Amino acid sequence: MNAYLDNSATTKPCEQAVKKAAEIASDCYGNPSSLHFLGYEAKKELENARTAVADFISVKSNEIYFTSGGTTSNMTAILGTAAAKKREGKKIITSRIEHPSVIKNFELLGEQGFSPVFLESDRNGKVSLDDLYNAIDENTIFVSLMAVNNEVGSVQNFDKVKQVIKSKNSNALYHCDAVQAFGKINLNPEKLGIDLMSMSAHKIHGLKGAGALYVSKNVRIRPAIVGGGQENGLVSGTESMPSLCAFGEAVKNIGSVEKNLEKVKNLRDRFLNKISDIDYIFVNSPVDALPYILNISVKGVPSQVMLNALSSEGICVSAGSACSKGHRSGVLSSMKIEPARIDSAIRISLSKNTNDNEMDLLFDAIVKTANRIRR
Amino acid sequence: MKEIILIKNGELALKGLNRATFEDVLIKNIRKRIKPLGEFEYRKEQSTVSVVPMSDGIDMDEVSFRVGRVFGIARYSRALQVPKDMDEIKANAPKYLENQLRFAKTFKVEAKRSDKKFPLTSPEISAEVGGAILSEFPNLKVDVRNPEIIVTIEIREKFAFIRGNQLVGAGGLPTGTSGKATVLISGGIDSPVAAYMMAKRGLTLNAVHFASPPYTSPQSEDKVHRLLKQVAAYSGSITLFTVGFTEIQEAIRDNCPEDMFTLIMRRFMMRIASAIAEKEDSKALITGESLGQVASQTLPAIACTDAVASMPVFRPLIGNDKTEIIDVSRKIETFDISIEPFEDCCTVFTPKHPKTKPTLKMLEEAEKNLDIDALISRALQNTKVTVVRF
Repeated sequence: MNAYLDNSATTKPCEQAVKKAAEIASDCYGNPSSLHFLGYEAKKELENARTAVADFISVKSNEIYFTSGGTTSNMTAILGTAAAKKREGKKIITSRIEHPSVIKNFELLGEQGFSPVFLESDRNGKVSLDDLYNAIDENTIFVSLMAVNNEVGSVQNFDKVKQVIKSKNSNALYHCDAVQAFGKINLNPEKLGIDLMSMSAHKIHGLKGAGALYVSKNVRIRPAIVGGGQENGLVSGTESMPSLCAFGEAVKNIGSVEKNLEKVKNLRDRFLNKISDIDYIFVNSPVDALPYILNISVKGVPSQVMLNALSSEGICVSAGSACSKGHRSGVLSSMKIEPARIDSAIRISLSKNTNDNEMDLLFDAIVKTANRIRR
Repeated sequence: MKEIILIKNGELALKGLNRATFEDVLIKNIRKRIKPLGEFEYRKEQSTVSVVPMSDGIDMDEVSFRVGRVFGIARYSRALQVPKDMDEIKANAPKYLENQLRFAKTFKVEAKRSDKKFPLTSPEISAEVGGAILSEFPNLKVDVRNPEIIVTIEIREKFAFIRGNQLVGAGGLPTGTSGKATVLISGGIDSPVAAYMMAKRGLTLNAVHFASPPYTSPQSEDKVHRLLKQVAAYSGSITLFTVGFTEIQEAIRDNCPEDMFTLIMRRFMMRIASAIAEKEDSKALITGESLGQVASQTLPAIACTDAVASMPVFRPLIGNDKTEIIDVSRKIETFDISIEPFEDCCTVFTPKHPKTKPTLKMLEEAEKNLDIDALISRALQNTKVTVVRF
């Protein structure tokens, strides 16, 4: 039996999404920009998917822009906002615990004359609102902070960021990278004061190659990818129809966010109970982390060795974040976790389809590997 | 009309009485390499071997690429075979050599007649073909002393041949003419380069890789496979022995002093590689060691690892700097694979302060708690054999 516990890297697509993608790829192959009937049919399918995503987060469908995934959503939001607001100021604020697609774009803007600020996280993997408050000034045009951290699952104060910005009388826009939160927590960007929000399909049982960026109707940003003018001119390039329509199906099949969360929390808590007696296993995720992500260190077993051992038993987890292999995790370093623990950290990430057997299999394999390798 | 490949032998010509044998081996090696691309005929004349395609639609670019990686060839050329007719030669020469001539500034034409009955003399042929080329490419000037492009027209018995500048071959001696050796391959930068360099001297290769799952991943075995594939483009197929090394490494960790871990491990590798080599009738070992590069490659350390090898150990990189090694690894296109970040067994259990001045006595003392023969025989049983083809 196998255990797939790397759901923050990607999830197994749901049947409905796969079916939809196959249907669209073989039957609905028109270009949604074309004016003939095949184009029109494609356009209708695309708009259905858009409505599904919009409904899920209670926004208007013309506030949803399809992209090719989380990275493109982040890039569009960051470069697009900077370009639109460059006359108002040059200071842009983010944190050290963001996804590389945020950090690298901030570094890029730094080379182009903007002044990026990278806030550290506290020991719980959270960016402090006080630090944010202190960093914002009249020159600040943009704040990009994630909703849930991808490596440790720490839930950020995404509901209070806009208040902090407002309390400094700043017009800075708030972009929230919600790739790890979307579909797992109820998010209503309008109520939360989020101006732009990134989402990805394959983290919620959709296919790779599809994502979305919410852009509030009150906000205008410049396109980062120009060309044929698709997605209202914001994201050019012919839409990846099969993946995007499957995205709509995946969203429709999320089910109850609360019930999924409760189920996953029970799975995680049971696992935490089992490891609580083992003195060489340390939990890196904070206590109030999103239960979908659990980061632990098995001291004395390097991450890669644990990964190989688990993999040979059919168990998939990841070392830190799958996107930054070979580098010591920025998040765990920012949380001031000691290097020996960082080097033995693994990320276990669950989905609504994870079951007790998978978690038991994981537990047994971790203990077995530790007994063999630890000295 | 068809294109053929003409091969001028490199060091072969120097080999006196062995030359015929060497030539046969070379042809056999070329044949193996290009056989999947179609049917060919091989002709031996003086110091030239011609490869003549006999079936239609053969990708001559690929043939040329593969021939360029066969050891034993110093230079070679591609030539167009045309009827022995001046009009044909004049019409085809500019067309066939267009890619070379289009952006050149100077050229000359050389003519060779082995058929002395051909109506024109060599200088006459050169003048006529040169004129045809000049009228087609106004960018060109004739320079007989130092031309960029030398166009050669050969009039032979049945056909005439047109060729441009010669291509540089892989050099070295034909694979197999020096016997067989076994390379210890890790996945780093050095060992594939060492393998390539010794294959260049005419050795057929076997390879031994040590894998220590779960300390090493399946990806690192895949990496070794891909590295050897690059080497095999020059050396021909390589038989790879992947030895399960975990038990030995754990036994060393549990029973030996930490500062000797790497050296004891290296000695096990030498013993196991020797055993495999003996069984495979291989007469030497090859390693990628470079003197003083790391703690296990100091002179005393090499003396200690050498002591357990049962045959000569070739270390072609012993006097090379890292940058020189990297240059070769880029040339044979192993560098980008070598730097992929997968652990290999050398990086597992690395001591914090390794011994740099070990003696045989110290090592024998450090190994005394190990049942060396039993460990080796289990490792040999736990060995996978695969063939890496080019």
